[in-house]
Order: sequence, then C-alpha cells, then structure tokens
Amino acid sequence: MLHKKFLPLYVTSLLFALLFLAGSIQFENFGTLRVFMNLFTDNAFLIIVAIGMTFVILSGGIDLSVGSTIALSGVIIGVLLEAGWHPLPAFAVVLVLGTLFGAVMGAIIHYYQLQPFIVTLAGMFFARGLSSVISEESIPIMHEFYDDVAMFGFELPGGAWLGSSTIIALTVLVLAVMLANFTRFGGRVYGLGGDTHSAALMGVPIARTTIAVYALSSFLAALAGIVFSFYTFSGYSLAAVGVELDAIAAVVIGGTLLTGGYGYVVGTLFGVLIMGVVQTYISFDGTLSSWWTKIVIGLLLFIFIAMQRFLVRR
Amino acid sequence: MGYKDLSPLVRRSIWPLLGLAVLLLANVLIAPEFFSVEIKDGRLYGSLIDVMNRAAPVALLAIGMTLVIATGGIDLSVGSVMAIAGAVSAGLIVSGVDNIALVVGGGLLAGVAAGFVNGFLVGYFGIQPIVATLILMVAGRGIAQLINSGQIVTFHHDAFEFLGVGYFFGLPFPIVLVVIAFVLVQLLMRRTALGMFVEGVGANASASHHIGINDKLIKLMVYCVSGLCAALAGMIAAADIGGSDANNAGLWLELDAILAVVIGGASLMGGRFSVFLSIIGALIIQTLTITIILSGVPPKFNLLIKAAAIVIILLLQSPEFHRQVARLKKKRGPKHAS
Repeated sequence: MLHKKFLPLYVTSLLFALLFLAGSIQFENFGTLRVFMNLFTDNAFLIIVAIGMTFVILSGGIDLSVGSTIALSGVIIGVLLEAGWHPLPAFAVVLVLGTLFGAVMGAIIHYYQLQPFIVTLAGMFFARGLSSVISEESIPIMHEFYDDVAMFGFELPGGAWLGSSTIIALTVLVLAVMLANFTRFGGRVYGLGGDTHSAALMGVPIARTTIAVYALSSFLAALAGIVFSFYTFSGYSLAAVGVELDAIAAVVIGGTLLTGGYGYVVGTLFGVLIMGVVQTYISFDGTLSSWWTKIVIGLLLFIFIAMQRFLVRR
Repeated sequence: MGYKDLSPLVRRSIWPLLGLAVLLLANVLIAPEFFSVEIKDGRLYGSLIDVMNRAAPVALLAIGMTLVIATGGIDLSVGSVMAIAGAVSAGLIVSGVDNIALVVGGGLLAGVAAGFVNGFLVGYFGIQPIVATLILMVAGRGIAQLINSGQIVTFHHDAFEFLGVGYFFGLPFPIVLVVIAFVLVQLLMRRTALGMFVEGVGANASASHHIGINDKLIKLMVYCVSGLCAALAGMIAAADIGGSDANNAGLWLELDAILAVVIGGASLMGGRFSVFLSIIGALIIQTLTITIILSGVPPKFNLLIKAAAIVIILLLQSPEFHRQVARLKKKRGPKHAS
C-alpha cells in the first residue's frame, strides 16, 4: 500500500535501488551480497551517528559536535586501555561521559534559549580540543578483546560477511525505530520539531525532551566512536573530521525535514547507504576521482532539499 | 555616569573593544616588545602588524558574514568558496593567463557565483541558511579539486602574489585589502538605505516585505557580498603560499568568521550589525591565539580555550543569563531601595 506520508522514504529507497542496479549492470562483481554487506561494514559508525542526528533534526535542532565526540571517545578508550583497563569498563565510561556531554549541551540550548548550531559548534571545539589535550598522537589500541570482536561475525553466501559493527548498527537501527515511532518519547520529539509552542501547550516536557535528544545523539556518537575504534585499532584526536556533515547529509537524503517534525529513522539508513553506494561506484570505476563523491553528495543534497520545499509548499 | 546611561552604540562597542584591550595588555605584560613597530626599507614590522596581517582572511570573511548574519542567515560555505577562488586563480595562471585583472576577476567571479547560488536558495527557494550553504560547503571542496584535476597547483606570478605578500604604503597588502573592503561595505550600508534594509530583513523578514522592501533580493545580495569577500580571502591565502590546496585552503575558517561576528556582539537571530566590531572580533581571535603562544601554554589548548570563549560570550549575550545573575544579586540583598 502506497501511502503519501511515506513518499520521501519511497524516493530514497528507490534511488538506492536504482544506483545499486546501475552499478551492477555496469560492473561485474558489483551486484553481489558481498558489496551490499560491505556498505554496512564500511559505514556502520556513520549509520549509528546519523540515527542520533535524525532524532536531533526531528526535534528541530542540529548537532555539529558528533564528529569530535567520536574522536574523543577513541582517545579516551586508547588512554584507559594503555592504563591497563579492560575495554568493557572503558566503553561504559565513554558512553556515560558522552551522554552527559550531550545532556549539558541540551540544557544550555534549552535554558539559555541559544541556537543549537552555535552551542554544538562550541561542543565540537571542546571535544576536539579535549582530545588533543589528552593526546596529540594517535594511540594504538592492542587488546585481545578487540581482536575477538573484530573477528566476530557470520559468513554469508558469496563471501559476504556480517560483522560485529554491522550487527551493532542494525541493533541500534531497530531500537531507534521503536523509540521514534512506538514510544511516548518519540512522539514528543516529533511534536517538539513540528511546533515547539503547540507541543508545550499539549503538555510535552520541552526541557526534558530537548536534553534527552542531545544526550541520545552524543550517546550514539560515543557508541559510534567505539565502533570506529574497531576499524582503526587506535584513538586519534584528528579522527572523524567532518563526519557531522556526512551525518546531516545522510539524514536529509533520507527524507527527514530539516525544519523538524517529519521524517523516518529508516530513511536515514538509506541516506547512508546511498552515500556508500556512490563511493563504491566511484572506486569500482577507477577513473573517477574521489572528489566526485563530494560533488555528487552535494547534488543529492540539493535535489532532496528542493524536493522537500516542493512537498512542504503543497 | 553609570553603564545604563551610556548610549546603546557605546554599550555594544565597549565589550569587544575592552576584550581586545585586555588581550593586548596581557601580551605586552608577557612580551614587552609586543607593541614595538620598526620600519625597515619603508615597511612596517612588528607583532602588532603580524597580528593584523594574519587576521586579514578571517576579517574579510567576517565582513561578509556580518551582513549575512544581520539578515538572520549564516554562510557555512565561505571556507570552501575560498578554496574554489584560489583554485580558479591558480588554474588561470598555470594555463597561461598573465593579465592580473583576469586572474583576480576570475576568482572574484567564482565567489560571486557561489554567493549567488547560496542567496538564491535562501532568498527565492526559502531554504534554511544552514542547510542551503551546507550544500556548497560539502560540494565546494570537490569543485575546487575538480578545477585543477585534484592537483595542488603551485605558481609564480609576481602581480598575483602581491595580494598575499606585497606591501602598500608600508603596510602588508592583506591589511590594505581589509581596510578597502571595510570602507566600501560601510559606505554601501551606511551612506545608502541598504544597511537599514538588511537590518529590517533580519529583524522581521515578512514585515519588511509588507513595507515594500524586496527581502529576497536583499538576501541574495548579502550572500553575494559574502561570496565576494570569501573569494578575496581565498586569493590572499593562495597568493601567500604561491599555490592552491583545495583540501586545506580556508579549512574551518567559516567557524572563525562566525565566531568573529558573534564576538562583535551581533545576534545570530539577525537585526542590528556592526562590520567594524566584527573586524575587532577577528582581531580578538588572532590576538588570543598569539597570547596563548606567548604565554607558553601548549598550542594544543587552543581549541579548548576557543570553546570556553564561545560559551562565555554566548552566555553573556543570553537574556536568560542576565535574569539569573540579577536574581542572584537580589538574593544577596538589594542595594537599592527602588
């Protein structure tokens, strides 16, 4: 059943299917389960961050701090492991700190009525600055547990691989969809983004919801930092520069309205996958240079934003 | 005379100027030779000149950004536009164009074109400024790389390099360019009604529309000015290193430019603006960087200090913060019976 309110979602998933199909027709070995699964493996951390960003944007805000939060998480994990900690308690510390960081930003945004963009910009400087104060050099991570987790996964037909980061990302996705669409909190986030004033009149606790949204985004950014450290086996203060922009782009391409109040978490997944497919296409082609990725993503952003305008006007 | 008796103009100017004065004073205390300026071969040398010279690109960006922010907008693309303009000029030079007017004109044209795209999206499409300019911020670096097929182009062209390293009446040429841009924008904004239109659109776009101001055109114009300023800054950066690096030219400078405007006391919601105070803001950022270096604090603390500075300035501007402070004062016991 085609429902009009899901229109952007259809467009996004259709675009992904078309791009994947185009690649499969043009290149041998493109249209395989292996390439498809690699989209998840390579972008698991981006999926996680972009899901957090979806909630923030749904609530009518924006979070520019997520890239540096990823870097900060990696650096803290690196330092704690160097000090002889087991990764699991280190992860717990990073997740709690991340959540607190987001909550503080949310509180400043709400109580001082400041623009989310400038507050999270300060947060971005803060997290990036703190990571370089902790360590300017990349800290190598060496631990049996890391090897075990990185190796963990399931072999799928055709040499495809369902790895631990993909499993984490998909778990986050399922939980996020439930949180957004089947809980009271989710409804409040949509309400907040739709019209803050009406939401307040209808009894949405604005303060608590705003703080929770930014706490959730930073929590997921910290989790993404953990997943990111499984790829790089290091913590580096200059890691994940510009990831916040990729995440915002994925959310927009995924059909979420930047003014808030409308959009779907699943759309964001397709947004990330579309960006991944463009990248894969360019690397398969070999003659196209990597900067085309940026230009194509810019074009996609433009098309989707123009489409949003058109939809809203109607 | 108390603080409340001061005119609004003085009240707004006093904090940024005081901040700059405190920073400069701190620098003199740490390094007594800070204020000394010498003349060698008819050129001025000294830390103060150095601060102004290095602040020039951000000051130029801040001039354009001030107008954009005054209309209630924001321009995230200026860093990428710097890269594009640098790439266009460098590309023209290496492809054999020798005429300086063509080289500079090409760069400026690229900047105006970028500004036009931004302004059109914001003004006529009605897209949120953060988002509209995000498109060029992301795609702009790709475009800059496309222009020179991904190469870092180096060149030698005396007339063009003058933009970055030349001297004019004893002053480094970037400083002269900032002064020229400031005077031009100031004349345009304050000797005509344009400045009032800009502030009107920022204060209330729909009200401005109803009294007959072409709010869309005004928005288009400020983004074009911002693109122009960014192009000039980008050419200074390219001329300075004698090459164009699409990946690193102007990287993160959009944030410094926004910060400069905010330090200058402009509200991000739009409305009243002062180009002069934004330039003071750019000088404060550069002086702060020098203070950190001079005081022996490792440069890795740079970003943390900047983050703290933003939060403090934002809180100082927030009416809610003022109310909280007032409440605290009341609790301690009212001094005035009234």
